[in-house]
Amino acid sequence: MLKTITRHGLEVVAVLLLGGFLSATLVRLAPGFATDEGLLDPHLNTASLQALRQARTAQSNIFRFYFHALSRALHGDLGTSISLGQPVTTLLRERLPLTLRLVGIGLLLSWSLAMALALSAAWLRTSAYDALTTAMSGLFLCLPAAVLALLSVLWNAPAALVVGLIVFPQVFRYARNLLTKAYSQLHVVSARAKGLSEWRILFWHVVPVVAPQLLAVGGISVSIAVGSAIPVEALCGLAGVGQLAWQAALARDLPLLTNITILVTLVTLLANSGADIIGQLLRGQEA
Amino acid sequence: MTSRHLFFKVSRRLAAGVFVCLSLSILAAGQGELRFCLRSEPKTFDPLKVEDDASVAIRYLTGGGLVRLNRQTQVLEPELAESWKVSKDGRQITFKLRSGVSFSDGTPFSADDVAYTVQQLMDPALHSPVGDSFRSGPGNVDTKILSPTQISITFPAPVAGLDRQFDQVAMLSAHSPKKENAVLGPFLLADYKPGATVLLKRNPNYWKSDAQGHKLPYLASIRLDIQANRDVELLRFKRGEIDLINAIDSEYFDKLQQTSPQLVHDAGASLDSEQMWFNEVAKSPLPDYKKAWFRSAAFRRAVSEAINRDDLSRVVFRGHAQAAIGPISPANKFWFNAKLKPQSYAPEAALKALQAEGFRLENGALKDATGHEVVFSIITNSGNKYRERMATMIQEDLQKIGVHVNVVTLDFPSLIERMTQTFDYEAILLGLTNVGLDPNDQMNVWLSSSDNHQWNPSEKSPETAWEAEIDKLMRAQASFADAKKRKESFDRVQEIVVEQAPFIYLVNRNALSAVAAKVQGVAPVILSPQTYWNVELLSVK
Amino acid sequence: MSPMANLFRKLAYGLLAVILVASLAANWLAPGGYAKQYREAAGAPPSHAHWLGTDDIGRDRFARILFGTRISLLLAPAAALLSVFLAALVGGLAGYLGGMWLRAAMALINLFLSLPWLFLLITVRALLPLNVPPLVSVMVTFLMLGMLGWTSAARVLCNTAASLRESDFVRQAQASGIRGARLFWIHVLPNLKPVLLAQFWISIPAFILSEANLGILGLGVAEPMPSWGSLLKELEGLVSVGEEPWKFVPLVLLIAVVTSFQFLLSQQEEVAP
Repeated sequence: MLKTITRHGLEVVAVLLLGGFLSATLVRLAPGFATDEGLLDPHLNTASLQALRQARTAQSNIFRFYFHALSRALHGDLGTSISLGQPVTTLLRERLPLTLRLVGIGLLLSWSLAMALALSAAWLRTSAYDALTTAMSGLFLCLPAAVLALLSVLWNAPAALVVGLIVFPQVFRYARNLLTKAYSQLHVVSARAKGLSEWRILFWHVVPVVAPQLLAVGGISVSIAVGSAIPVEALCGLAGVGQLAWQAALARDLPLLTNITILVTLVTLLANSGADIIGQLLRGQEA
Repeated sequence: MTSRHLFFKVSRRLAAGVFVCLSLSILAAGQGELRFCLRSEPKTFDPLKVEDDASVAIRYLTGGGLVRLNRQTQVLEPELAESWKVSKDGRQITFKLRSGVSFSDGTPFSADDVAYTVQQLMDPALHSPVGDSFRSGPGNVDTKILSPTQISITFPAPVAGLDRQFDQVAMLSAHSPKKENAVLGPFLLADYKPGATVLLKRNPNYWKSDAQGHKLPYLASIRLDIQANRDVELLRFKRGEIDLINAIDSEYFDKLQQTSPQLVHDAGASLDSEQMWFNEVAKSPLPDYKKAWFRSAAFRRAVSEAINRDDLSRVVFRGHAQAAIGPISPANKFWFNAKLKPQSYAPEAALKALQAEGFRLENGALKDATGHEVVFSIITNSGNKYRERMATMIQEDLQKIGVHVNVVTLDFPSLIERMTQTFDYEAILLGLTNVGLDPNDQMNVWLSSSDNHQWNPSEKSPETAWEAEIDKLMRAQASFADAKKRKESFDRVQEIVVEQAPFIYLVNRNALSAVAAKVQGVAPVILSPQTYWNVELLSVK
Repeated sequence: MSPMANLFRKLAYGLLAVILVASLAANWLAPGGYAKQYREAAGAPPSHAHWLGTDDIGRDRFARILFGTRISLLLAPAAALLSVFLAALVGGLAGYLGGMWLRAAMALINLFLSLPWLFLLITVRALLPLNVPPLVSVMVTFLMLGMLGWTSAARVLCNTAASLRESDFVRQAQASGIRGARLFWIHVLPNLKPVLLAQFWISIPAFILSEANLGILGLGVAEPMPSWGSLLKELEGLVSVGEEPWKFVPLVLLIAVVTSFQFLLSQQEEVAP
């Protein structure tokens, strides 16, 4: 067991380091890295423009940047944001709680709605209801995130609801397909014919079959929710990590972006490994 | 006797104190809080380092300057300086300061603070736009304190429009332990929640009073929400969560006008301009035949003639813009060259001019003398729907003379890189916002040696005769102290720019704003900050 | 199949057929074309001349929807298929091979899910010439979307395939001598179908919307060419919802298409043995 945990831990660290390096490389290689809006200010003279460019190109060697960042990170210093001029640690600490709450509540909402609709669709198995739920999830899938966010501002709805509605159709579609498939299996059909109660069938015959896949969906739904936090926070004017990520992307803020990527990678990894471990436990019980 | 006297004194003080408290509470209750949105995160609260719009807004609300440009009359007015005098050679300025003024924390204001501020501002390591505007030549700035209320500042070389430049300088305290948080403006920074809000509170020690002797400002506080999305901003305005919108989008202006015309204000054409230009950089990676087009004044003029500016302002800005004439907006009453007339839309004349240059129209496509089809791309920054729409309309206009345009939107950093470093572009459509009145503001745009000489930056020596002439004229006008003489030179610059069309000026946008009915005392103007330039006189019912 | 389901199926086929024919006949149905600017009637409400009104610079919205359908409805499903294929390849194979391969694939997917791909897209734009034809640009965009959008499905597939390996019927099949590609093709792939179908269905609208959002990077469809995504973006400026209901037509159309797709796919799944 200890060996498994150590191996998992090492894997996580390796993926995090790789993620940090790759994201730093992506940002560095993208055009516009060594630019600053200040370069267009006609009031600045040549010396000032030179200084502005120098500040930007100081980090242009990606290996050196990564090496410095890593050695500083070991001492608990995540560097300073170029665009906001504040320590990355402070920025993240200030903004993380809001995003965690937003994503957490959003996930809860999306899963409740998706499972309720998917289960009822699998139980009822009528075409009309199926079409209705499909159209409903289709609606939220087709609405641009910006429109949803605007509507939430218009109707004073909490932003977590927007995250929930963005994630909902994706979870719903997987869940519905998996559940429909499970309910069409022979032994479930015969159990139904025998007149077993729906709840009994669900927990004895359906859940064990779909659990691993649903857990995997759970893992990715976290990624989707975290991704949706960017437009939602930016549009609703919420000071969370998503808004920060957007500002950092526009300003090509290398230290900030790299750290946010590592943070997102960490959350993704934790969610997915968590889902895997629970899945393994469930399968272990089944065997 | 003494005790009675003492009692009398104390009671009078008490009474005065009670009275002040009472009147303050009445004022505070009556005026409340003004709320509006900043469209980006303020990058700094240090008034000397300010460069972005959000920080400029906060400097305007909190900073106290020696002089201030009256945004309505466009005249420079005394503020913390009662009077000033600029020397004949334009190198020295002497201020007579107002006495009895103190910073928000109670520290008295004196010539020491002015000297300190100027020294900080002129620190070569500062690299701020405000500081650079004063840096006209090498050497040090000399400050001489003549008395606690008198100071003279000498610059190493003449600074054009020297007194006006001080409009941008907010005084710092040399002695206050609160450093830049001790301010002289009507408001002080009370709270800042990054990404969310900036809260400003009334400066209790602000020196101004109104005509009735009431202490200014009337407002108790200002709440600035950081909100980049214009749609959300409008929604919140409609719901009464914010009280004003500066530079509101024209379609929202029209929508509001339909329902509540008393809330919207169109102050007329502003100084802001939208323009496009061609890449004239000799070492750019463009093919030689394209460089030849873009470096030909006839080609640029023809393109300019083939653009229907009236349609741009009528369709894209719904009539809330004027067809631009040249580098200076007609709204800039003093500096605009009234001899210049708007460019009329003349596609036939444009085509004729191009044919005279060897271009020919074949099956609806324009070809140059070497047989290359005339195709180019216009880049603009993404997310600006007006520029995207203008580019698309120009695309259709130019199609009529056989020129095929591709419209490309890029995120700002990519665009800046193409524009300032790789020079890998053909034409760019951008605009200038918050343009100052004085042409010296644009010095670095016109000098051919400057990095911000966009169509062909950092020329070693002027590559064309007309650029050389502009250089000469710009330097000449900067060296004159007499405004009339300066204008003569700058009028000629405007003529050359229109003639040679390095920039193709499209429209001057109107200054549009929306203000809630409960805000009293607003008089929107075209100069930034349009709605709250007289912030100390605003109140909320 | 119930008569109701039969009706829905016919409706779905009918709708898709009508949309397809209309978009192919766009030149004939909207002879004015998608780019013509009726500048005197910019932002006009529906009228006899412009059935769905005009956009902000006076282009006929009906024509833009018809022409935009060609782009979005041909390219989005193609990109969705690409992503389904990649997901099946990576997820199915890794799950099937198991062990080290599975762990490596999972790590790769987790990494892929968190990287800021925005910057790759910005770089791609920089590599394209500025004067790229709009059609090429939009095809490159959908290609990128297909290549970047496979991860979530692959993640679920890894788990499905892994649990299938341990399932009774695969063991039975192995015992009866079915191995390798044949085993994968006959016994594993059909069980991955619900996930692949879900991925396909989710990807179509997601890609259509992303294409419009990538316009901010200079990718995607370029002016004056329309796409459903760029038409849907009009909704973002619609602060006073309900004042201009005709702007919702692209949204309704997209939902109808997505629902029809889903209906046909799930029907097919149930019809299949």
